[in-house]
Amino acid sequence: MGTREIRYFQVGSHAVGNRLLDPEQRTVQADPERANALTCGHRACQGCGEALGARYVVDAALRATAGRLVAVNATGCLEVFSTPYPETSWQLPWLHSLFGNAPAVATGVAAALRAQGHEDVRVLAQGGDGGTVDIGFGCLSGMFERDDDVLYVCYDNQGYMNTGVQRSGATPPGARTATTEAVGDAPGAPFGQGKDVPRIAMAHGVGYVATATVADLRDLEGKVERAMEVRGARYLHVLVPCPLGWGSPPALTIRIARLATQTGLFPVYEARDGEVTGVTTIRRHVPVEEYLRPQKRFAHLFSHPSGPAALARIQEMADRNIERYRLLGDGGAT
Amino acid sequence: MRRQIEGAKGVAEVVAACRPQVICAYPITPQTHIVEGLGALVRTGALRGCEFVNVESEFAAMSVAIGASAAGARAYTATASQGLLFMSEALYNASGLGLPVVMTVANRAIGAPINIWNDHSDAMSQRDSGWIQLYAETNQEAIDLHVQAFRLAEEMSVPVMVCMDGFVLTHAFEPLEVPTQEDVDAFLPPFTPRQVLDPSEPVSIGAMVGPEAFTEVRYLAFHRQREALGRIPEIAAEFAAAFGRDSGGLLHTYRCEDARTVVLAMGSVLGTLKDTVDALRDEGVAIGVVGLTSFRPFPMAAVREAVGGAERLIVLERAFSVGVGGIVSADVHMAVAGLGQLHHTVIAGLGGRPVTRASLRRMMLEAVEGRLEPLTFLDLDRDLIDRELARVRARPRSGPAAENILRDVGVVGARPH
Ligand SMILES: Cc1ncc(C[n+]2csc(CCOP(=O)(O)OP(=O)(O)O)c2C)c(N)n1
Ligand code: SF4
Ligand SMILES: [Mg+2]
Repeated sequence: MGTREIRYFQVGSHAVGNRLLDPEQRTVQADPERANALTCGHRACQGCGEALGARYVVDAALRATAGRLVAVNATGCLEVFSTPYPETSWQLPWLHSLFGNAPAVATGVAAALRAQGHEDVRVLAQGGDGGTVDIGFGCLSGMFERDDDVLYVCYDNQGYMNTGVQRSGATPPGARTATTEAVGDAPGAPFGQGKDVPRIAMAHGVGYVATATVADLRDLEGKVERAMEVRGARYLHVLVPCPLGWGSPPALTIRIARLATQTGLFPVYEARDGEVTGVTTIRRHVPVEEYLRPQKRFAHLFSHPSGPAALARIQEMADRNIERYRLLGDGGAT
Repeated sequence: MRRQIEGAKGVAEVVAACRPQVICAYPITPQTHIVEGLGALVRTGALRGCEFVNVESEFAAMSVAIGASAAGARAYTATASQGLLFMSEALYNASGLGLPVVMTVANRAIGAPINIWNDHSDAMSQRDSGWIQLYAETNQEAIDLHVQAFRLAEEMSVPVMVCMDGFVLTHAFEPLEVPTQEDVDAFLPPFTPRQVLDPSEPVSIGAMVGPEAFTEVRYLAFHRQREALGRIPEIAAEFAAAFGRDSGGLLHTYRCEDARTVVLAMGSVLGTLKDTVDALRDEGVAIGVVGLTSFRPFPMAAVREAVGGAERLIVLERAFSVGVGGIVSADVHMAVAGLGQLHHTVIAGLGGRPVTRASLRRMMLEAVEGRLEPLTFLDLDRDLIDRELARVRARPRSGPAAENILRDVGVVGARPH
């Protein structure tokens, strides 16, 4: 995908209308011939960030591989809402095996394709945050370490949503889930060390690692396409708000994803061979409250006596990211 | 040509001759020599067109096999014991998806207490996983069963476990014949699945199925295994015609004609059983042996036919279900329901304890003389058990017993708790 610097200040984001671009540079979704890999009729909730993210990812991957793509899916919302027997929303060969084995199943598909001389066919594995950072983590690490030719995409909605919004290893501190209720002295999920899988992927020396959100779909498409230019293991971590689990209005899915990046809580970057090579800087830096307030899962932080201290710690996390990834750039907004 | 080789090496060579395209390897005793052998064959180029994947767990091994098989490759792996349990979730998945993976299980006990030696607890624990389970009596049969297993799996769209006793078979050196590449090629056609992950013909595999069709999908799995009951002896017969050896099939009978007592068993213990029976026959005891090769599917009709004429059945098992007793026995009893025979279950050879002719002979004579209990643990050291039970009665608390027992047999110097 070609890219061109365009400054379009009215939007307050990097989003740009397709009208301003040459046809060959337009987003995959603007193409009437797009694969539409995840067709409508699936059963995701209104405003589901995961459905949106997956459609963009798979369509972009299909374009990057000229349709020569196989997808492997972990158990989770994406799998359940897209393939209720006897229907399927998928327009590409798609395999669901288990919750915790998608990376290994993808390895198997890639090995089979290689053994049969079909190396032009590429493999995309996808799972939720639970399937990725928790139960499938061993398989993911094995796939990274062997450098199998798989692009693994984690759709991070920060919890086990398919089973009814329980805490996962990716649930942020303070968040209310069904297993970290907003009761007691320290309501919501406890503050831990976090489990930063993109950085863990980088520590494996994975050739291409990137983070993205559904707030910048053009960026997401570009990252998928760049990932497909590389052979070996690759990892893409996409923040996908979940209206049901986050208690956010469906219409705000994209805005909330954007706020996650504008606070610094979710850094958007790209890394090659273990080194960060590009960062999406924040154009409008906002305090974490602005991101947390519209989400009911954080409501107690604004009413409970422990709230201010928790908010301060969350702000510290955002500030730390801003510093680590230089999210405000070197000379202010770009 | 027969060569003096290790059982595991023979299995590695025959699996290679079956031209697997993806092999997933994760080590566990006593399976290791099989995957090591295959790894070497891939490295040296003796086995071409095959991806050898060193995975990070058995769960991954089976998962890689699932992906490979769904993408149209002939997939193989091997494991044992804890490894088989670690892949349990994926085992059900492979069979549920109808993927014809073939796996060697080098049968070994399950811990705790950890034990690396042979019994059948591992494979028995996966009895209901939807896999076909074939048990080899000898290393030659283990070798031959692999060729048949790929044929059967791919024809029936069901994964197959070839179970061979750990150490007793895997590590035994003996003269073995490994089928030649040409002969295997003639017997085993290339893998051509009905559905594969192919971008030119996209399919969704592994969809969620609700109450409206789940029973039917499961019934079809049952139906396929029932059909396999017909194919297993046919494939064995074709194998015999092509290779000149009787291997596989549903079961083997030995001196069962006019036998009033029949002993049923699986695996390598059958050799000792036959020797024991020979001696008893010489003394005029009307006793025979049935060796079960196919445990899943369970050959109800064939078992009934084989043992229906006997008055007394002894099922000798290398595993048991805690709280009940025999596992194979339950199926055998169903097969012979209504015949009014006397039934005995004998649990023997757990965790590698040798099953000797002397013990078998004693047990069989007890049976024939009407002194054998319905459920017996062969060679159980009653004294050790009584001592530990007395300790437990004196101080009832929960906790492991193994250390106390080891102390009693003089293995470690730990004090009893
Ligand atoms: C071994 C196993 N444990 C638990 C489950 C139940 N389960 C299915 S989906 C799911 C949650 C998925 O969470 P995540 O991976 O984050 O995906 P999401 O639904 O949030 O998109 C769980 C816990 C399962 N299917 N398998
Ligand atoms: S629960 Fe969340 S992730 Fe699942 S379908 Fe609904 S919005 Fe999407
Ligand atoms: Mg999730």
